[in-house]
Amino acid sequence: MLSFLIEKEFKQMFRNPIIPKMLVALPLMAMLVFPWAANQEVKNVRVDIVDNDHSSLSEKISAEIAASAFFNVSGTSGTYTEALDKVDSDDADMIFNIPQDFEKCLVNGEAAPMVVATNAVNGTKGTLGASYLVSMISGSSVFNEYSEKAAGAAAAAAVNIPSFSVTTQYRFNPSLDYKVFMVPALIVLLLTLVCGFLPALNIVGEKEAGTIEQINVSPVGKFQFILAKLIPLWILGFVIMAFGLVVARLVYGIVPEGSLETLLLFSSVYVLVVSGFGLIVSNYASTLQQAMFVNYFFIMIFFLMGGMFTPVASMPGWAQVIAALNPLKYFIEVMRLVYLKGSTFIDMVPQFLTLCGFALVFGLCAVVTYRKSS
Amino acid sequence: MTAFGSFIKKEFLHILRDKLTLLIVVGMPVAQLLLFGYAITTEVRNAEIAVYDPVNDALTKRIIERLDASKYFNVGERITSTDRIDRVFREGRTSLVVVFSDGFSGDLLNGEASVQLIADGTDPNQASMITAYAGSILSSVAQELAEESGVRRATVTPVVRMLYNPQGKSAYNFVPGVMGMILMMICAMMTAIAIAKEKETGTMEVLLTSPVKPLLIIIAKAIPYLVLSIFLLALVLVCAVFVMGVPIAGNFLALCGVSVLFLACNLFLGLLISTVVNTQMAAMIASGMGLMLPTMLLSGLIFPIESMPAALQWLSTVVPARWYIQAIRMIMIQGSPVACIMPEVGILSLMAIVFIAISLGNFKTRLS
Repeated sequence: MLSFLIEKEFKQMFRNPIIPKMLVALPLMAMLVFPWAANQEVKNVRVDIVDNDHSSLSEKISAEIAASAFFNVSGTSGTYTEALDKVDSDDADMIFNIPQDFEKCLVNGEAAPMVVATNAVNGTKGTLGASYLVSMISGSSVFNEYSEKAAGAAAAAAVNIPSFSVTTQYRFNPSLDYKVFMVPALIVLLLTLVCGFLPALNIVGEKEAGTIEQINVSPVGKFQFILAKLIPLWILGFVIMAFGLVVARLVYGIVPEGSLETLLLFSSVYVLVVSGFGLIVSNYASTLQQAMFVNYFFIMIFFLMGGMFTPVASMPGWAQVIAALNPLKYFIEVMRLVYLKGSTFIDMVPQFLTLCGFALVFGLCAVVTYRKSS
Repeated sequence: MTAFGSFIKKEFLHILRDKLTLLIVVGMPVAQLLLFGYAITTEVRNAEIAVYDPVNDALTKRIIERLDASKYFNVGERITSTDRIDRVFREGRTSLVVVFSDGFSGDLLNGEASVQLIADGTDPNQASMITAYAGSILSSVAQELAEESGVRRATVTPVVRMLYNPQGKSAYNFVPGVMGMILMMICAMMTAIAIAKEKETGTMEVLLTSPVKPLLIIIAKAIPYLVLSIFLLALVLVCAVFVMGVPIAGNFLALCGVSVLFLACNLFLGLLISTVVNTQMAAMIASGMGLMLPTMLLSGLIFPIESMPAALQWLSTVVPARWYIQAIRMIMIQGSPVACIMPEVGILSLMAIVFIAISLGNFKTRLS
């Protein structure tokens, strides 16, 4: 009996006019196009230079900024206000202002601070852009000559200035490549979209088409019915997961540090969680539109509050509580731990138990909330 | 004209008589704005630091205290061996390990003293921000040490001004983005079903035999949803300003104008989808799943457009939300003059016209 039901589900899936197309287009988009878009790297920052000094020194600094791969000098302005207008109209991201008599002051050992003003609407871009520019200027060789000249006689004693060096190192992703961070996440996104949306539209679709009546008068039990809905999605989930892993390896050269079996084990539980959730939505909804809206609402919460794009640790406390109820958070953690840090199953037992708990609760709810009588 | 009027009335009744759907449509955007407006943040706050301090004297204590006192960091574990560094990262809580060199304080004068910042590079931007903040705290300590020893040097460190958003609040960046995403999805999903539903339930035949022209049928479908979505826009703006504390620095009327244009554009996009597909299922899959990824990833909501490769920047130009988000960031947060958003207004208007023209072309007046 179960095998017939599963056969029916597969036929319904593949004979639908749009689902097979979607099953081809979505994975291709998610794995081949979006990894290139999912990049928060700060680069090509447009700097507008206001040079009030017009000295050889200020020209040297400007040339140094222009030579950097990180900044684009988009123009120069006569006054600071003129430059501000450019930032207002989004023609520049950052202003670098060199004060009047800058060189003279520096030679005399007086302070004439330069100003870096940055568009901070995007806080990350503003902060990182400004800090790169500041560290570039402070470390610039152009100044060292002047500092030494200025210090003059004191420079002889300069050996006695207490100082220490600071070095930086990045573990697990030394080149700070966004793809290494995002590709595992996009596999999760793909799996969630396919295995979360299809079941949500499934039962309610049968309700609207009227075919659910036939199931309701048949001897098929609630448990069997739900199981027959879950198994095809489970198989589909494996196919998608395999596709994601293969593309990650062949196209991006990203290979998990940890074991592949662990990933497959976690994904097989995760698929049950999201499909179970979709079926519950489908049981309650009376129209396709309702099912879609409600499922869209929750899937967006899964995506945006699970640490996929932005860190959970930076969220306010109450949002972290919501994140703790988000199954995707645990699966994303596992994917990144295995892919980047090579964590083993033992390290991730808490995540495994949590996901199993979700699968059990959602699965049971899906069975209970399905009613054979209207 | 009376026929047109009664058409609009019919569409209003469709919406108002499905109470549950109406409730979902109104409640959802507000809930999403409040959740995402607070939760999507890239600020570094209370990042866990582990410290390896073999010296453990007054100076290293002072440096560690300075790190701990900043709002960015919490000093957690003191590790006693460098072998534990990897372990600490694998456990997943710590984002930075600060390693002092052996004999740190004693080496200050001979130039061998060093501090190593080892960050978890999993999330590249968080890692760079964390090391940038820690680095600037360390260099301010170094500056103090130099001053205490009586050496005066002309400082060349520039002064930094954060324009528009001096506290670096993430909400200033993400609330306009979230508004664009939510409004685009909900508008397109609402109208995508409108014509597909008539086709599926068979009422399309009745519409086609009426004397009303196709263009008017399409517009009559859009008007009630436009009224509903303007109501949603008002709700979302009230939440953004009074609950999330996001300013409206620029011209309020311009903000309303560009928003209504954007709503209309997405309603037409939904109708376009609706004329192409034949079933409600297809309409929902195309508008819900098909639009979700582009609006989330190609609109500049989370990932800046200028960081993308040229081909994707070009692809992103067809996403209406990209232009809207760009325009309202300028109007709401930067307070730019209205003239600055004219290109975005032009593009959105063009999109609206193209969408409605294609819908009209697809709209079949013949019975199949």
